[in-house]
Formats: sequence, C-alpha cells, structure tokens
Amino acid sequence: MAPPRLYKTEAIVLRQRKLGEADRILTLHTPAYGKLDAKAKGVRKTTSRMAGHLQPLNRCMVQLARGRTMEVVAGCETLESFQRLREELERLSRALYAAELADRFLPERVESETTYRLLLETLRRLQGDTDLDLVLRYYEMRLLELSGFRPELERCLGCDQPLQPQPNFFSPAGGGTYCPPCGAGAAGSRRLSVNGLKVLRLLQRASYKEVGRLNMAPALAQEVERHLRSYIVYMLEREVNAAAFVERLRREQQPLEAMS
Amino acid sequence: MGRLIEEFYKLPGVGPKSAQRLTYYLLRMPAAEARALAEAILEVKERITFCSTCQNVTDANPCRICASDRRDRGMICVVEEPLDILALERSGSYQGVYHVLHGAISPMDGIGPEELKIEELLGRLHSNEVAEVILATNPNLEGEATAMYLTRLMRPLGVKVTRLARGLPVGGDLEYADDVTLTRAMEGRQEMQG
Repeated sequence: MAPPRLYKTEAIVLRQRKLGEADRILTLHTPAYGKLDAKAKGVRKTTSRMAGHLQPLNRCMVQLARGRTMEVVAGCETLESFQRLREELERLSRALYAAELADRFLPERVESETTYRLLLETLRRLQGDTDLDLVLRYYEMRLLELSGFRPELERCLGCDQPLQPQPNFFSPAGGGTYCPPCGAGAAGSRRLSVNGLKVLRLLQRASYKEVGRLNMAPALAQEVERHLRSYIVYMLEREVNAAAFVERLRREQQPLEAMS
Repeated sequence: MGRLIEEFYKLPGVGPKSAQRLTYYLLRMPAAEARALAEAILEVKERITFCSTCQNVTDANPCRICASDRRDRGMICVVEEPLDILALERSGSYQGVYHVLHGAISPMDGIGPEELKIEELLGRLHSNEVAEVILATNPNLEGEATAMYLTRLMRPLGVKVTRLARGLPVGGDLEYADDVTLTRAMEGRQEMQG
C-alpha cells in the first residue's frame, strides 16, 4: 500500500550523504516501508533542530512527507541513540558494518519488519555484549536467510549426499557445501573444517541465546568469518567497505595489547 | 556562450538558470573585470598548493599561519577541511597552529585513516614542541570516529589530546536537543563567572 502524503514511522538511520549547501540525504530502514531515502533539509547547520536526532545508527520516530523524487523529513525524535556504540571504536565500526550490510541487502521500499528487528537487536547486542564478532556472525547468517540467500550446509551441492564428519569444502559461487571429491573441482571452493561446519550450522539453526554461549578459538573464529564474508561478497558482487576498518582496528589493537 | 553556461553548471550549487544568469552578467561586464576574474581563476589553479606543515591550502609554503611568529606552536588544532580554519580564524579565539586532515573517517564509504593526512600529523608530534592537540573534527558520526581514532594513536606519544566542547549551539532550543547533545552539554557544564 502506498503511504499517505504525510506519515509517521519508526526508523533506523543507516547512512547519510551530503546534498547541496546544508542538506543531507538519509537512508532509513523502516519496518513497514522497508529501506528508503529521505531528504533532511538544513541539518548541516549548527542550529538545526533535527541534526542530532538524525545521526547514523539512531533509532528515531520520523515524520516523512512524500516528495516528488524522495521523502522529506518533516520532523524527528530520538527513541534510542546507542551512546555506548558511539564511544568505542570497536563497537562503532561493527555497528557501521551491520548498517552497511542492511543497506546493501535490502531492496527499496519493500516491507521488512523481520530485518528491522534483526538490525535493532544486533545494535543492542553490539552495545552491550563482549564477543562483538560473534554478534556479527549471527547477524550475517540471519540476514542472508531473511533476504533469500540461505547457504546450503547439510548436503553436498555436487552429489546431493549428506556431508560426512570430515573436512569438507565451502564454495560461495556454488551456494554452500561440497563433499571432498566434488569440492576439489568446484569453482572458488575452500576447505571447511569439521568445527567450522558445526559453527556455521549452529549459526543457521540456533537462537542467539544458544549461539552466544559459543567460545571459539581465534583460528576457528577467523575461518568462520572468512567463509561468511566471501559468501556475502559473492552475493553482493562487491566488497563491504566497513569491513576494512574493522580489520584495521583489530590489527592495530594487537600490538597495543601485547605491550600492556 | 553555450560552453560557458555548461561550465558554470558544473559548479556546486549552480543550476541551469543560475548558470545562464551568470553568463549574461559576464557578457555585460567591463572587459577588465572579466579578465581579472579569469586571471584569478587561473592563478588559484597554478599557485595554490598545500602547506607542507599543516596541509592547509596556501599560496606560500609554509603557509602564513605556520610561518607567523605570533602563533603558538605548542598547540595544534586538527580540522577536517580548510574551510574549518576560516571559520575558526573568523572567531579570533585561537592563537595556535592548525592541521588539516582533508576529510574524516567514513568506514561505509570506504574512507579509512590512510586517506587522511594522519601520518603528517603524527610526524609533527615527534618534535617536543607540541604540548596539546585539539581535535576540532565535526561533532557527527564521522568526525567522532576520526577523533577517537586519532586519540588512540596519539595517547601513547604522551601529548595532551583535547576535544572541542560539544553541547547546545548558540541560538538553539533546549527543547529540541537530542539525548547525546544534552548528555554532552550536561557533562561539559561550567561554573558561571561573575
């Protein structure tokens, strides 16, 4: 159903870009109207009443007016500003990564209450939890599922046999797992360890409560991250920009921790 | 004339109608003034470079602020763009020197620390002359991310790192302020003088 001329909706600000002298174009994620662009006028002036409410990653109640090319923000009030996310680079960089993924995977103006809830829960977890990377892995797998890119993790995509408990293969181009004989020849396939497969399956099937109890060794966490990332990059047909910053912080943090 | 209109149209904030109006205005302008404008444009492109110290745009190297002996070299104010320096200079409240990053960290747009003039800033801190670095990046998500990242890099160097106060703008309304702004304003409150 087309929204009325002036309507109110909850929204999470995914990203913003400058427009002209003092305006911005915001990309909003709303539950009922999906992802949409909205023009926010005058928000780059210091006296703007809306600027603070429309910062990226804010959850707010916005009043939108339908415009000729895009909506115009008529009013706005913050519901949740995730302050702790903004004060720690580790949390902030991952929250931006989550927002970028939502922006890339969501089609415009298609109702998507489920991804909205998922993103909101993820931002709350990134604000409070300790294993931030695990929060992201769960988010990635759920987002793939909700946007119709569920990877196959039970059977071999070559011979359709159930996978045996042995090192198998994972291929983004094929859309999931391969058994050793089929996987060796599959395009872009990489080895998937027994534990790697277990974790991926858990991410796909279990609730966050169960997943949150996982405590992975760094090498395993890295393997799972690599497989999921390559799958996402293949599906999006482009890199995820914010991932580079997350990795840079991780790299630079290690020598600091070693010193202290 | 069509060519000139098209050239104006490429400028920021200039639409098709403004481009036509500017072109007609130039047409009626005395030849000397038109020549002066054309020369000024060429000169900007040919003579303006980046100051090797603060990375500001300048026609002399080092720039006038860096070269001045009336500025305090113990303080570096870090800003995103050269235009920010103009704003701070207009206020007349700062006597130190500057450093221009030429942008802010924006992970989603693929703008990382390597795109900014951060190496150059760290290089300036190695002489013991600098006592304080003032982070004056914009109080938005990108500016805050940049400020946090710079703080992380500079802390171990033993230099005092400060951030411009964030809070209520002059001429603003408390009623319309968002939570983050109000929290910052409360944290940064100061005792009344007089």
